[in-house]
Amino acid sequence: MNLLQVTDEPVALEVVANEMNTLRYYPQRCINCGMCTKVCPHGVFAPNGAKVKVADHTGCIECGACRMNCPVAAIEVDSGVGCAAAMIRAALTGKEPTCGPDCRGI
Amino acid sequence: MSEIMVTTSEITAANRRDHRLARLAWDRMGHKVAPGLYRLGNPTPSSPVFVTGNYSLSFDALRSALTGMDTHIMVLDTKGINVWCAAGKGTFGTEEVIERIEETGLKDAVQQRTIILPQLGASGVNAHEVRRRSGFKVEYGPVLASDIGEYMKSHEATPEMRRIRFPLKDRMALVPVEIVNYLKFWLPAALLALLFGGLFGILAVLIVVAFGLILFPILLPYLPTRQFSSKGLILGALGGMLFVLLQLQYGGMGLDLQGLIVAAAEVLLMAPPVAYFALNFTGSSPIASRTGVRREIFRYIPMFVIMMALGVVMAVISALVPFGGSL
Ligand code: SF4
Ligand code: SF4
Repeated sequence: MNLLQVTDEPVALEVVANEMNTLRYYPQRCINCGMCTKVCPHGVFAPNGAKVKVADHTGCIECGACRMNCPVAAIEVDSGVGCAAAMIRAALTGKEPTCGPDCRGI
Repeated sequence: MSEIMVTTSEITAANRRDHRLARLAWDRMGHKVAPGLYRLGNPTPSSPVFVTGNYSLSFDALRSALTGMDTHIMVLDTKGINVWCAAGKGTFGTEEVIERIEETGLKDAVQQRTIILPQLGASGVNAHEVRRRSGFKVEYGPVLASDIGEYMKSHEATPEMRRIRFPLKDRMALVPVEIVNYLKFWLPAALLALLFGGLFGILAVLIVVAFGLILFPILLPYLPTRQFSSKGLILGALGGMLFVLLQLQYGGMGLDLQGLIVAAAEVLLMAPPVAYFALNFTGSSPIASRTGVRREIFRYIPMFVIMMALGVVMAVISALVPFGGSL
């Protein structure tokens, strides 16, 4: 995990990102509402005093639940159809991955 | 405002039959219940409201977990898809929740202003927006419906209840679906194998199916390496070696140079299909990220193709070149 600088805000914004997935957390924006710690099914976020912290970025499966429910946009993640079948089809046809008739989700 | 429907916690023989068929991928979009508002037991206007999707297995898991309680259940129209997948697609989503609240007249049916959603619906629902636009506070319950009884004591889920697991029971439940879904791959392969390779040909296909679609889901957490594809390659190579051993034992295969080339060709041809099934199993699991899956696709699919091409070349060499003495 490393700290990068983002320049699209007047004050440099601290961001917690990693190499393994697209999860990005902006701790300065966090208002400690606790939503992300509730919705994450892999315990990626954990309470840590006045702001949450990324406790285990390796567990993130990019489901997007935290980003969807963070009231202050302190989290970004590229979520979307992540099925191999859909993505292989997309890679072959050059289209966006979509769930298809071969979905095996139950 | 639509009428409130009535349901119970009882899972009938017909429900069980429906669950079995769903798990066999039979009529996959046909396992639906009607979206709308349901009463379970004798709810009062202050009784809790649970929300789920209209896949019959999701609805049945919820209502059976509510045994002995008096509640309302609001069923969203997720087109017969389970909550997790529907949330990923957005059909179990903010808009549908808000529209369903309107459509069912939930505001008049109940007095309290909280709805309890399954945690796994959270990737499709923005709780703050639902509250702002509908007046209902969204509470995320536990991952598993079976934890609802415990959850309702304090309206707090333990970290344990918030974790998605992928236990053996869940992995096994996917095996029949996998086998049925890949029928279009392995049935023609088995027929071709029988035609050209005889009984050993069909045995090779059966080993690939057994290793890729049955053993892989079972052994997933115990196989070394992290990525599904590399786990699959390891397991597939073991399957290939098992096939070679069987041929040495019962097929009259010898350990001469030709035999070794055939053996290598067989392992090279059998490991990639097993690994391909493994890679695809990411989609049925709740433990893979799309970035990770994309990386695996670009890294391993070319590798699979090269391995199989090499396997074909070696098989051809072993058939064409007359080999003499043994090693
Ligand atoms: S995207 Fe999903 S898995 Fe990743 S941190 Fe957010 S809630 Fe957790
Ligand atoms: S949801 Fe957003 S604001 Fe709330 S604790 Fe998490 S990061 Fe902080």
